[in-house]
Amino acid sequence: MLEFWTDYVWPVLVVLAQSVFLLVVLLIAVAYIIYADRKIWAAVQIRRGPNVVGPWGILQSFADLLKFVLKEPVIPAGANKGIFLLAPFVTCVLALAAWAVIPVSEEWVIANINVGILYIFAISSLGVYGIIMAGWASNSKYPFLAALRSAAQMVSYEVSIGFVIITVLLCVGSLNLSEIVETQDRGYGMFGWFWLPLFPMFVIFFVSALAETNRPPFDLVEAESELVAGFMVEYGSTPYLMLMLGEYTAISTMCALATIMFLGGWLPPFPVPPFTWVPGVIWFVLKCLFMFFLFAMAKAIVPRYRYDQLMRLGWKVFLPVSMAMVAIVAGVLQYAGLAPR
Amino acid sequence: MIVSALFFYLFASVCIASAVMVVASRNPVHSVLFLILAFVNASGLFILMGAEFLAMILVVVYVGAVAVLFLFVVMMLDVDFAELRTGVLQYLPIGALVGLVFLAELLFVVGAWAIGPTVADAIASPIPPFYTVTNTEALGHVLYTRYIYFFQAAGLILLVAMIGAIVLTLRHKPNVKRQDVSQQVARTREDAIEVVKVKSGQGLS
Repeated sequence: MLEFWTDYVWPVLVVLAQSVFLLVVLLIAVAYIIYADRKIWAAVQIRRGPNVVGPWGILQSFADLLKFVLKEPVIPAGANKGIFLLAPFVTCVLALAAWAVIPVSEEWVIANINVGILYIFAISSLGVYGIIMAGWASNSKYPFLAALRSAAQMVSYEVSIGFVIITVLLCVGSLNLSEIVETQDRGYGMFGWFWLPLFPMFVIFFVSALAETNRPPFDLVEAESELVAGFMVEYGSTPYLMLMLGEYTAISTMCALATIMFLGGWLPPFPVPPFTWVPGVIWFVLKCLFMFFLFAMAKAIVPRYRYDQLMRLGWKVFLPVSMAMVAIVAGVLQYAGLAPR
Repeated sequence: MIVSALFFYLFASVCIASAVMVVASRNPVHSVLFLILAFVNASGLFILMGAEFLAMILVVVYVGAVAVLFLFVVMMLDVDFAELRTGVLQYLPIGALVGLVFLAELLFVVGAWAIGPTVADAIASPIPPFYTVTNTEALGHVLYTRYIYFFQAAGLILLVAMIGAIVLTLRHKPNVKRQDVSQQVARTREDAIEVVKVKSGQGLS
């Protein structure tokens, strides 16, 4: 009985507690990156942004949450009810599940699995289902068009994200996210991280991440000038809240993935005392916020792509370039003797 | 061990139930969604066997790409499926026959494993023991050394299939205006703008 307790019950309780803690922190973080997104967007356009609820409007996201939860959920009469309600859950759960393998600091990870990066890739490739299901189940024209767009768009950009991940894996020799970060610790701080040697791939990853999470300038899935609100037209109240939550969590996952693969995860930018005293989790959060700032600035500055240009960029520019980079990186590593092991 | 057994039965039963629902459900979109559920549960079974790489690849390739295209096509179809399903039971003997052949083949494969004393060694020999390397590495060693020609041949077959699909669907339409991005980018101010002084009352002829 004691064995059963120490072998099964206690580890499950520990993992459960860790997961709940991570989820709470993540949800609060998402509330504030939504606020940050709106503030940055407003600042670029010389507006004030949310400034009414709480000092400087910092409680705006919570007021929005309360509003959505208290509203009446409306399900259209012609909608496929089960799938209509399943779609927000799928989006939300998948986006949150990706965080199970992300190491926020040394040893601070819920599941340190061998195939961590493949897991995140798999989960993010499932994100398209939430959108397709929502679009189809709404039984309405605009959401359906958005669902068709998203299916093509997200599958296309997954290809180039896959190649970017392969180049990083060639340099690391492991699929484990913690090992990817540790390989970047070469004793000369931020110049040892992969953003420098793999800079073209960093750019491709950033742009593909924008497309993968349906962020502007690639937000054709919810282009308000053409499709009203895209796949979310028929949604309101809590289901809408969950769709938005899933979307922003997916964005935070992509920021974390960029931080781990290219910006050295929890490593300090300079390996000398004043920087090494700061705990790793703070560096991780700062780097994620930097990535999110780039996402928000792209939203504020870049005009939306036309759909055929989006497809051209994915298949005719990013795919050849990233395939060539895989060959080049593999060749250089092999002939310079830098290949891991 | 009892926990992994419980999870095995959970994944296996959900997998079989959703596989049945793929055939039985009325709405084809529901069928595809049940197919996805079956894939995900199969990858759960892979994880229980320690084949984590295969599990993730199953999700990435089948659920993340192939099933999306299935769903894409099925959603676009405008067929009366209720009508299509009438008389579906007359295909039951054929289905049962195919299932029987599959079952027999599976039994032969597993049977050969048990009967032939050298088969188990031959299967296990190219793979280093699983506790020394991760199974991603083990698969890489096997695929890129011992089975490199088969691996390349599989790649070639897929390439040919892809080219075939492109050839079948490519239509050159003569009167479509296409955008040439490099030409647009190469445009200079001199090509694009002409400054004209217009006298008042005359306009441009």
